[in-house]
Amino acid sequence: MKIISVAFKNLRRKKIRTGLTIGGVAIAVAVLVSLMGFDAGYQKSLTNDIDKMGYQVLVTAKGCPYEAATLMLKGGGGLRYMEQEVYDKITKDPRIEKITPQLAATEFDKDRQNGQGGIILYMGVSDSYRELKPWSKFKSGKWFSGEDADEVIIGYEAAELEQRSAGDQIFIPNLNKTLKVVGIFERTGTQDDGIVFMPLKTAQRIFDLPGKLSGIGIKLKNIGQMSDFEESLYNEPGIQVISMAQVKGTIFNLVSSSRAMTNSIAFIAILIAVIGVINTILMSVFERTKEIGVMKAIGASRLDIFRIIWLETTLICILGGVLGDIIAILGTSIVEQIIRKVLPYAPVGKLVIITPSLLLGSFIGAVVMGLAAGIYPAYRASSMRPVEAIRSGE
Amino acid sequence: MANLLIKADKISKVYKLFAEEIKAVNNLDLEIFQGEFVAFMGPSGSGKTTLLDILGCLDRVSSGKLEIFKQDVSALKESELVKIRRKNIGFVFQEFLLIPTLTALENVELPLLFAGMPQERAKAQGLLEKVGLGGRVNHLPKELSGGERQRVAIARALVTSPKILFADEPTGNLDTKSGQQICEIFQELNRKDGLTIVLTTHNQKLGTQAKRVVYLKDGTIVSREESSLCV
Ligand SMILES: Nc1ncnc2c1ncn2[C@@H]1O[C@H](COP(=O)(O)OP(=O)(O)O)[C@@H](O)[C@H]1O
Ligand SMILES: [Mg+2]
Repeated sequence: MKIISVAFKNLRRKKIRTGLTIGGVAIAVAVLVSLMGFDAGYQKSLTNDIDKMGYQVLVTAKGCPYEAATLMLKGGGGLRYMEQEVYDKITKDPRIEKITPQLAATEFDKDRQNGQGGIILYMGVSDSYRELKPWSKFKSGKWFSGEDADEVIIGYEAAELEQRSAGDQIFIPNLNKTLKVVGIFERTGTQDDGIVFMPLKTAQRIFDLPGKLSGIGIKLKNIGQMSDFEESLYNEPGIQVISMAQVKGTIFNLVSSSRAMTNSIAFIAILIAVIGVINTILMSVFERTKEIGVMKAIGASRLDIFRIIWLETTLICILGGVLGDIIAILGTSIVEQIIRKVLPYAPVGKLVIITPSLLLGSFIGAVVMGLAAGIYPAYRASSMRPVEAIRSGE
Repeated sequence: MANLLIKADKISKVYKLFAEEIKAVNNLDLEIFQGEFVAFMGPSGSGKTTLLDILGCLDRVSSGKLEIFKQDVSALKESELVKIRRKNIGFVFQEFLLIPTLTALENVELPLLFAGMPQERAKAQGLLEKVGLGGRVNHLPKELSGGERQRVAIARALVTSPKILFADEPTGNLDTKSGQQICEIFQELNRKDGLTIVLTTHNQKLGTQAKRVVYLKDGTIVSREESSLCV
């Protein structure tokens, strides 16, 4: 027999109480791991989303920059429109390496999602779009046959959802228009996966937006010229220039302001768990006054008693930590769903990334918490005087 | 002359209850030699338990000088007393006071853990066999009768091979038959193994089995008698 089994057996004595306490620790750990996993996952996915747009600068019609930022990420442009002349004008700028015009439009399709209805995002693009996204590959089919063809290429997920393959027809009910599917993109892990693409001119025609654009994506030759470039467009009426770095910052800010809230929830969960652990162990110490007295009488030193009680606390927190990690792992998809509902903008990739180092860190955190929570009860137990403890309650 | 284990010189233990001072042990002189079997008897409240606790290094004297194994323990701190207790002193209590979550064997092993001699585990098994519980080593205290529990407690007290065994009313919670068995175990330990035993009792039979009975009243010794029965 070892000292640890004395501690362990005592925890098993009051199974419900021990279980509830472990549960409290587990919830606190799970909340913390989910939040931190979200932090990591969100940043990574967002960065991926933004990098995979292929451009560093987006020119859109003037409007709320926050709104534009999120709308643009959702579909490559704020749903305000500007004149195509802007594109013609900027495109000659020598600082630009690549430039592509876009026209995004949404339509509600009541048959989508098993009759629930849903919004489909359409995007008119020109050939230059592919130059900005060299990684985008066809799963099947090929690029549009012409600048004004009644054809679409569907993103991977949209195609899966709609069960479409190259050669099919798609019908846009509100416009009473039928288009031919000429290609399906491979998965990119970005918003593009959910978009239905068509030639820019086709989009302008069928959505009745002649000569309009929703955005212009630009890749500069030298990123250092960014502010310079922005400056030069400052006087252009009706447009705004958004740098991707700015967008990232804006979205991070949005998210981190809501994180102040979630962080305090995590903090409270941890606090409650710690108090729960202290309370449980303290109760069990007082209930065992006689036993502790006897242990001292048969040779336990203060340190021996301290160790037993400390071990009990730490065991609770270790078990709680492991359980919390398991809950966090199992709960990832649920947390993702909740976050997606709440967030103003959620990137396509995994929102919650739970890494081994995060699990290890949270486990160590739980152990440290146990050690800290155990100090006071262990001290109380170890300073009981043997005679008084043994004769107590007579 | 036999080896002097305990020498108490005018020891007192004073409890302060509000304004009142209770002298639970009052100016008491006592010597206990190796191999003795001493019983403290006397009415309830006469100070038997208090005296036993003090002699067993569980508690400290308020005044006077107490030497145990030639060491002055009157002024020792709790952390130093525990070192003396750990290897030299075994304790048995009226209410057995086994750890309810541990089996009989584990209860007996526990002092070895505290004394830092876990390698002597085999001794625990041997002692349980010696007190007639070889077949119940894996039982929890609640699965044992009172007499059996007290025998486990005796094995626990003996596992570190103490020089003295202290027992406070060891048969006080037992029926006559179980009490008799415990008496016999003490007899055997004292006679065969030469273990020094100091106990308190109300039990006349256990008292008369002791080689020496010390009668207490109000914290002082009122008479000492050598028992003629068992010498
Ligand atoms: N912790 C204590 N505080 C105050 N008085 C005590 C305490 N312990 C014992 N006493 C008193 O000391 C006296 C001796 O008690 P005790 O040694 O238990 O006697 P016995 O064991 O002979 O019945 C009693 O009067 C008792 O009330
Ligand atoms: Mg008593």
